[in-house]
Amino acid sequence: MASMRDIKRRIKSVNSTQQITKAMNLVASSKLSRAKARFKDTKPFFRHTRRAIAQIMQGSSGASHRYLQKRDVKNTCVMVITGDRGLCGGYNVNVCKAALNTVQDGNATFVTIGSKGRDYLKHRNMSIAAGFRGISEKPQYDDARHIGEKVLKMYDAGEVDEIYLAYTEFVSTISNEPKVIKLLPLDASEFEHIKTEEKDLTLTIYEPSEEEVLDYIIPKYLNTVLYGAMVESAACELSSRMTAMDSATENASEMIDSLNLLYNRVRQSAITQEITEIVGGSNALE
Amino acid sequence: MAENKIALKVITPVREMFSGDVDMVIMRTKSGDVGIMHGHQPMVTVLDYGVMRIQNEGEDEKTAAVFGGFAQIGDNGVTVLTDIAEWADEIDLARAEEARKRAEERLNKRSADLDVLRAELALKRALVRIGLKS
Repeated sequence: MASMRDIKRRIKSVNSTQQITKAMNLVASSKLSRAKARFKDTKPFFRHTRRAIAQIMQGSSGASHRYLQKRDVKNTCVMVITGDRGLCGGYNVNVCKAALNTVQDGNATFVTIGSKGRDYLKHRNMSIAAGFRGISEKPQYDDARHIGEKVLKMYDAGEVDEIYLAYTEFVSTISNEPKVIKLLPLDASEFEHIKTEEKDLTLTIYEPSEEEVLDYIIPKYLNTVLYGAMVESAACELSSRMTAMDSATENASEMIDSLNLLYNRVRQSAITQEITEIVGGSNALE
Repeated sequence: MAENKIALKVITPVREMFSGDVDMVIMRTKSGDVGIMHGHQPMVTVLDYGVMRIQNEGEDEKTAAVFGGFAQIGDNGVTVLTDIAEWADEIDLARAEEARKRAEERLNKRSADLDVLRAELALKRALVRIGLKS
């Protein structure tokens, strides 16, 4: 049986771990409320951009635009949004797995946002075109624009023929789900079901021209989606960390309870033994 | 919606900047300033860097610097979607002046590693801000 001192030491160490997980839980939950507010603020922009595109697609014959046309897929690009730090349950791994699943066959290049995703993919010998770090927790629109432009350049140059985005969808504070969406070429059918309120779309004028409007809006849309996904993923990372740390704290208190029980048992048996020895000793003296 | 007014929404990625009915909104598009009033034909237009004016009868004109983006005009009003937009009173004049000087310096020097496009855009942004303030 372990000695009393050993058990005492273990209790102490579990206790300090618990304090850390508790603190992380609190930090994550306070950050989460801010991240959720940001997530809510980005939604209208995203929704309206999407609606604008839907309207243009439905009202125009512009299906010949270069961002709408499918090309033969030789190279696929997958953007993966993960966190920079661990200790957040399966958050990072789940989205990486989802990203890997989309490219089971064919050549794939990855663009990672967050160092966890880069590490994961590097470990599996995937080619990484670009890796960004330090922006996962607090994404700015400028970051998204920067990354979006880079990926678009790759697409324009023909280095990749398809662009996917793997991110984590925020379902609720206690649950989120990895998701993969196709960014380019834009799928016109995806926009068909979005209801626009305009009565007659064919009358719409495009300034300066339909082509130029699409040229401008589609990259913008890409950045918007990317930014939205980054903000959403940031909220997910924090909520996963919160849940993970919550259960870690709970596990630690369970462990402390059972260690305390063990400690008391050992202590009691030590006392019993001591009494037996004293009684035995005094008996021998009589 | 009030008679002869048009619903206007100005949205950036980080906030919904304006939402309400107005008499007229003037924007700088790629092909020049346009004023949009109630009953305008549906239109989608790409915006340039410039000043947006929101006019309402009996109220002071609201002005804002808008840097790119696009506007969508439909039956249900005008929606302006832009990366960056600032109300006139949010602009820091001293900072804009500084940015202008910096950009001008860069453009004048023309060093080899200069990103001309970026410097020009920065200059344009600074000029819009300064123009709006003064």
